[in-house]
Amino acid sequence: MNRLTIIGLVIVSILLIVAIFAPWIAPHDVGATNLAMRYLPPSGNFWFGTDSTGRDIFSRVVFGARISLQVGIIVVGVSAFIGTILGALAGFYGGWIDRIVSGYVFNVFLAFPGLLLAIAMVAFLGAGLNKLILALCIIGWVGYARLIRGQVLKVREYDFVQAARALGANDLRILLVHILPNAIQPLIVQASLGMAGAVLSEAALSFLGLGVPPPAPSWGVMIEEARDLSTLQAAPHALIFPGIAIVLTVLAFNFIGDGLREYLDPRQRRR
Amino acid sequence: MTESPGLMQSAPPRLTTLVREPLVAIRDLKVYFKAGKGRIVKAVDGVTLDIFKGETLGLVGESGCGKSTLGRTILRLTEPTAGQVLYRDQDLAKLSAKQMREQRRHLQIIFQDPYASLNPRMTVGQIIGEPLDTFKLASGTEAERRVQELMETVGLSKRFVKRYPHEFSGGQRQRIGIARALAVDPDFIVADEPISALDVSIQAQIMNLLERLKREKNLTYLFISHDLRAVRHVSDRVAVMYLGKLVELTGARTIYEEPLMPYTKALISAVPVPDPEIESQRRRIVLEGDVPSPLNPPAGCRFHTRCPYAIQSCKEVEPALVEIKPDHFAACIRISPDQPDIDRVKAGEAPGLSA
Repeated sequence: MNRLTIIGLVIVSILLIVAIFAPWIAPHDVGATNLAMRYLPPSGNFWFGTDSTGRDIFSRVVFGARISLQVGIIVVGVSAFIGTILGALAGFYGGWIDRIVSGYVFNVFLAFPGLLLAIAMVAFLGAGLNKLILALCIIGWVGYARLIRGQVLKVREYDFVQAARALGANDLRILLVHILPNAIQPLIVQASLGMAGAVLSEAALSFLGLGVPPPAPSWGVMIEEARDLSTLQAAPHALIFPGIAIVLTVLAFNFIGDGLREYLDPRQRRR
Repeated sequence: MTESPGLMQSAPPRLTTLVREPLVAIRDLKVYFKAGKGRIVKAVDGVTLDIFKGETLGLVGESGCGKSTLGRTILRLTEPTAGQVLYRDQDLAKLSAKQMREQRRHLQIIFQDPYASLNPRMTVGQIIGEPLDTFKLASGTEAERRVQELMETVGLSKRFVKRYPHEFSGGQRQRIGIARALAVDPDFIVADEPISALDVSIQAQIMNLLERLKREKNLTYLFISHDLRAVRHVSDRVAVMYLGKLVELTGARTIYEEPLMPYTKALISAVPVPDPEIESQRRRIVLEGDVPSPLNPPAGCRFHTRCPYAIQSCKEVEPALVEIKPDHFAACIRISPDQPDIDRVKAGEAPGLSA
């Protein structure tokens, strides 16, 4: 296995543990403000220092992992599920289903940059964690559907699928037993890259005030709150630590995605 | 049957002595594919053919001539554009998907590529057992017993039942594919180049297996191949296809010894003889040019662009498949029942036109 993949797996494992056990790991209350202790640099008590209202940045980063992973897992799970179903139906049946799904829906969705579409969606739905997740799912499923459709188009022509038909298997069986298990591998890669994308999108939207509303400890919100000049000058760590958290998370998922791609497609294996 | 078991062991009579009752009758079958930009590929273009009960009908032709498409269309793995496929006098092309599913028990297929024809994520037991499940033929221990039986029938050890296809060689995989086709106890099997992808040493084994199964289970084969030697070895009759049409059809021996069509003669002359002396003196007919694109097949006789005997009329008249000699059909306007030898026809004459 690739060294970067291992690094990615380690980071994601740590993130998962941190997110699950956040209440036990965080040393301070995430919401407790204390103006007397604002802009404190990192120390033994406040590992990542404090922000402009004196909240403990480490505790907030820990709880931020919860929001990020929650958004990532739900968005990828729901998008991949919907995308797989619609992509498989479009690829398997072709005809009018395919014309609608791939002819119109794909092209309309792919004509807009994803984040822009999400911003429009949130502006329409209103801010909030659930609405943010909904918006990211609505734009997210198209990529999976397109991938699965292409895979199904390829696999359904294999002789063993023809053989299954000749042996009396019905459509459902052919799809579930013969086509999907042989079509779904690239989806795993796409899903791990999708996790990175979802985490980044959540941070970006929250930063813009279109995602999780403050004072929730989203990494995007934390960066947004730390970007005014006085905070930047007095406590740059308030911006740096959540920033590092985002970078590490996104990198880790990308490393895993690349590693999986290499593992699943031996032709791309180097050396 | 009144015959003693001892008599059953002797070689079966060749087809000519059997009652000729068509098991599968193909009537003016057409399979067209859209190729984009309004173009149409006529993969099979008006084929009429009887496959008699108990025979092995060899179907030969160059790659791309439509022979595989014809085989798959009989099983409706490819939908026909027009025409009929009669199985026991029932038109398969008209059946609903559900009715067709029932008929699939009787018609099976063996594929060319033993690596693509087995689902890599299923064990051998699951692969061979699937038809038992989809047709509700057996379940539980009964199904397990049937799978083991089938594996033994095709010469696979039943120890392999939990193994995956990638653990087998090409020949063994082909045996798995054969066992799967036999699971439903079919009457008719389309063998779509079943040995072309195998090592030469394995080819004979699979051929012998297919022949033994045919005898033991009263099967009828449509044996598709581009390899004339293989077809000659197993077939009772041979049909030759060129660009979507049948051009010649007769007994396997006759087509080798007395081919009528210039195309068939060229195909046969291309088969090497495993005797250096004969091989060195063998007269070969080398066809010029490639097979024309099926997107834009030549008008008239489709072979006229490569045929050394072609005359002007060949570019204009589409020849019908005519019984030139008893049980010997050919599609060429330059020969006729009165004048079957194309080499003796006077230059420029087309006796088939007036007939």
